[in-house]
Amino acid sequence: MTHKTQVQCTINGEVTEFLCEPRQSLLETLRDVLGMTGSKEGCLTGDCGACSVIVDGRVVCSCLMLGVEAEGKDLVTVEGMAQESELHPLQQKFLEDAALQCGICTPGFLVAAKALLDRNPNPSEQEIRYALAGNLCRCTGYDKIVHAVLDAAKVMQEG
Amino acid sequence: MASGTTQEFNIIGTRPVRPDGVDKVTGRAKYGADYSFPGMLHGKVLRSPHAHARIKSINYEKALKLPGVKAVVVGKDLPELESKIEFIGEISLNPHYLAHNVLARDKVLYNGHAVAAVAATSLHIAEEALALIEVDYEVLPPLLDVRDAMKADAPILHPSLRNKEEPDKPTNVANHVQFKRGDLAAGFAAADYIVEREFDTSMVHQGYIEPHNAVGVYTSDGHATIYCSTQGPFDVRSMSARVLGMPVGNIKVVPAEIGGGFGGKTTIYLEPLAVALSKATGKPVKMIMTRSEVLRATGPTSGSHIKVKMGATKDGKLTAAEVWMAYEAGAFPGSPVMAGAMTILAPYVLEHLQIDGYDVVLNKPKTAAYRAPGATNAAFGSETVIDELAEKCGIDPIQFRIMNGAKEGSLQPAGPPFKRIGFIETCQAIANSEHYKSKLTGKNRGRGVAAGFWFNAGMQSTATVNIHADGSASVVTGSPDIGGSRASMSMIAAEVLGLPISEVRAVVADTDSIGHADVTGGSRVTFATGMAVFEAAHDAVRQLKERAARIWERKFEEVDFQAGKAISKNNGVPPMSVKDLAAKFPRTGGPITGRASVSARGVGAAFAVCCVDVEVDPDTAKVQVLRATIAQDAGRAIHPSYVEGQMQGGTAQGIGWALNEEYFYDNQGLMRNSGFLDYRMPTCLDLPLIEAIIVEVPNPGHPLGVRGVGEVSIVPPPAAVANAIYRATGVRMTELPMSPSRLFKATHKKGS
Amino acid sequence: MHDFTYEAPGTVDEAVRLLAAPGDGARVLCGGTDILIQMRAGVRKPSRLVDVKGIPELRQIKFDPKSGLRLGAAVACIEIFENELMQKHYPGLTEAAHLIGSTQIQSRASVGGNLCNGSPAADTTPALIALSAVAHIVGPGGARDVPVEEFVTGPGQTVMKPGELLVELRIAAPKPHSSDAYLRLIPRNEMDIAVVGVGTALTLDGNRCVAAKIALGAVGPTQIVARKAGESLVGKTLDDAAIENAGRLASEVCTPIDDMRGTAEYRRHITGVLTRRTLQIAAERARKN
Repeated sequence: MTHKTQVQCTINGEVTEFLCEPRQSLLETLRDVLGMTGSKEGCLTGDCGACSVIVDGRVVCSCLMLGVEAEGKDLVTVEGMAQESELHPLQQKFLEDAALQCGICTPGFLVAAKALLDRNPNPSEQEIRYALAGNLCRCTGYDKIVHAVLDAAKVMQEG
Repeated sequence: MASGTTQEFNIIGTRPVRPDGVDKVTGRAKYGADYSFPGMLHGKVLRSPHAHARIKSINYEKALKLPGVKAVVVGKDLPELESKIEFIGEISLNPHYLAHNVLARDKVLYNGHAVAAVAATSLHIAEEALALIEVDYEVLPPLLDVRDAMKADAPILHPSLRNKEEPDKPTNVANHVQFKRGDLAAGFAAADYIVEREFDTSMVHQGYIEPHNAVGVYTSDGHATIYCSTQGPFDVRSMSARVLGMPVGNIKVVPAEIGGGFGGKTTIYLEPLAVALSKATGKPVKMIMTRSEVLRATGPTSGSHIKVKMGATKDGKLTAAEVWMAYEAGAFPGSPVMAGAMTILAPYVLEHLQIDGYDVVLNKPKTAAYRAPGATNAAFGSETVIDELAEKCGIDPIQFRIMNGAKEGSLQPAGPPFKRIGFIETCQAIANSEHYKSKLTGKNRGRGVAAGFWFNAGMQSTATVNIHADGSASVVTGSPDIGGSRASMSMIAAEVLGLPISEVRAVVADTDSIGHADVTGGSRVTFATGMAVFEAAHDAVRQLKERAARIWERKFEEVDFQAGKAISKNNGVPPMSVKDLAAKFPRTGGPITGRASVSARGVGAAFAVCCVDVEVDPDTAKVQVLRATIAQDAGRAIHPSYVEGQMQGGTAQGIGWALNEEYFYDNQGLMRNSGFLDYRMPTCLDLPLIEAIIVEVPNPGHPLGVRGVGEVSIVPPPAAVANAIYRATGVRMTELPMSPSRLFKATHKKGS
Repeated sequence: MHDFTYEAPGTVDEAVRLLAAPGDGARVLCGGTDILIQMRAGVRKPSRLVDVKGIPELRQIKFDPKSGLRLGAAVACIEIFENELMQKHYPGLTEAAHLIGSTQIQSRASVGGNLCNGSPAADTTPALIALSAVAHIVGPGGARDVPVEEFVTGPGQTVMKPGELLVELRIAAPKPHSSDAYLRLIPRNEMDIAVVGVGTALTLDGNRCVAAKIALGAVGPTQIVARKAGESLVGKTLDDAAIENAGRLASEVCTPIDDMRGTAEYRRHITGVLTRRTLQIAAERARKN
């Protein structure tokens, strides 16, 4: 007999309430309970970063966090990066610089890159690579992703 | 159709933002695992813990009793299909083997082989149900090495398997291919230098970040819809129909966005199981693989053992080549050894050659295509030997390749002559590159180059171009977009119609809504689907001209179409834009849709040359890739950014294949590293920026000069890295991957 | 995953009470980066998870120049890395903590969790041992202290008893001219489990070494203290010959296996390499202190 817990947290700036079982990860909760399928499942072992979500300002793998642990926390997912219909500079640059091919890793990269730029607004190429080493991409070889993050950082500093 | 000349384009060759991009960067794009339906159940697969065993019995009563479990399906619930080669759709395969791979019947043949499928109200309950299914196995010894499997006394995996050469003898060798020409003995006799080496490569996986998924919806009228991430919705349809015993037309496949494929999502695994469970329960059933299932139970590519012997004169002319290659097919026949045999040595002019390739079954997952399947293994061998010969001759490795390079008219290993190709130009692009011209300084560093070839595919595609009421257009094809092909499709149509790219949308339709398309793979979408789009757009233009002629009450021949406008050749009538014409559609004959279907001929072969610089830590034997450049002949780059993306992605996969990726099987045949922790793909901290140099030697067979670009870039990197490691350490590596442990052993032995 | 209950106590006493279920009944949930993977794989099946991240004592970093460091067991690795006192006084432990996993893992994984998981390849454990860290445990029977070098008893096994909670790691204040260093070898540049990990701590007097401790990870069923190697340096000048000798002694004492992360021969060799390198780094840092 399963039992669900009521959880209240903030997701992308909105106070949100949901019910989940303890055994449902935050990733499963976002995708299957809340219908927020932007965060993706790639490995369930914290090795690919496709499920990356920001929790209280830190990027985490949502597959390695329980939904019940979100109680009282402030979450940012890819769905919250655009402001109304205006894309975040990272999203814009990923598009302009063709930093995505199949796009499955893109939400994870965008969230992890946002967490990076929020703390380090002017990272070097090596710092970007280090910060994003937990996000696997199989399509791009990372070249255009690194360029897009550098370009977005520039825009954000000027803006 | 004019091609091969310098054409001036407005849109082709530019870098617009892809039309489907916003959905992908906002998380709105729907991949297969993102689908949800009311009343949907979750399915899971019970998989064999053994590499080789007979199934004595399966008892799933306890599983069915678990609250929330709605159905269990096992092998005997699916039709038994005769073992023979058939065309399923356009693919030639054995439906008996396909069906047995989807769900085992009397035997399991690899660790991870599917044995039963369960549907339950939640994913967690489905998982719990798996533990309640009792399977009685009689464990058999596993066959895990390709050369062991070829031995005369090897245990036989499939008692009825025969090959053409010895039709009465049970064997694990499913096929033997051979290409030969000239006189090998004479060729080697003419050589001043002969290099002979043996190579071993490990089984590796395509490594797409998105696991396989499928949602099956079976309706009581005997129809089913499958939502899945696939490279080939039409193949999913025909293969699933065959395995399930349903008419092809009763299945509709809706291709979701796909999170990577590289050839691994061109067959079926979960799709028929989801439909079978949906039929048994009356509800939609969603199934997603875990990463461990993906690695153990989908279609990695062959490990191989390859022998290469080549001779050259001291002036650097290749005289002869002899190749022996054995490729792992996995549990059922069908490795890419034929393609390996067709591509190895293809970049070179060789009068005397013999290539023997063997397709060998053993207790590992059935291999599937992986980006230029078979070619990378082969090139690791041949491009290392070429490097050695060049060194012995004292000739620069790029110059050596140019000197022996294939041109138009040169014979491929399989026999046919090349049409216009760009191998020499691609070599020169590397020779002239800043990377190659720069000096590599520092200790323990080395530079290596290698070349690769892939023939690319044509095959069938259909396209329609619909002109909307406001004069904008949509391009509809059945080619799933893995790498950004919707951008190129929009661009081609926009170029022909003279519309701005913002007014042309590209759509990937389901199998009921568009005519047949062969798989997204084989580097064929921009080539063949692009060709269909080109022709469909021209068909729309023809109809627009007819419509203008009707409106102007002139003859068709008097109407021209330029820069998006219908123009009367005899003046006196102002031109009409597509928008103007569209506004008049309802009262002048109705809507206009251009259409075309192609079985594309005129495929242009692809060559790539890779240059890498590495540094090897002398104490730890860890390899750092300092710099990488890939040059590739794309014929014509429709959207250069996405062409570069393909080149960079293939190079990255090749580097992973070279340095750290491999399947670890223990001696029971169980895969020990079925996760991204220990199946080590490159992270962005492991790679430098990758310079992509697009060479354009237009393909005369395509109206825009396009050559497929998706695959060949993966072929050269392992050999390029090995050649670089040689120059850094003095050691020739002949085993992949060249992980620190392995490289340490090789350099330590040498005493360097 | 199997079904379980989740509790989030606010005090050590409450946590100890909740952890009292027998067998594998209850386990601590800290960063979750090990336990959730194990639970998904069916390797561990606790009926209750006790989330300790809300207990203040487990989240604090307290340093006193006399009594030393009290590092809460549940402090996230990224917080250790960002803490200036940790960087200054225990740079080896700090860099070990910072090596665990990706940025995402760093936000959640903890030194306490890494230690209690009992992996032979844990990154922070050799660094803790080199510093002679002590594990402060509270259980139903009261509090006890266990030197970290005795804490892990086998692969995945520790001295922890049912109902016990690791509250903090205690490390003496570093003496003048002391420092530590940690290095590991992995096949890629990030994300891998250590093939070999070596933690070194030493104290100098001029260029003479007065104390040295070397701990090896991933080369035996538990971490190994390379005692002879450390002792070989005491009283000696830290020159190339001494360091070379210590490296050799360290590689002689390790007991590595062949597995999918490396061969025994390779690990033995790398143990020597990393011992030498960590000694050099620790010495350079110690000279600056």
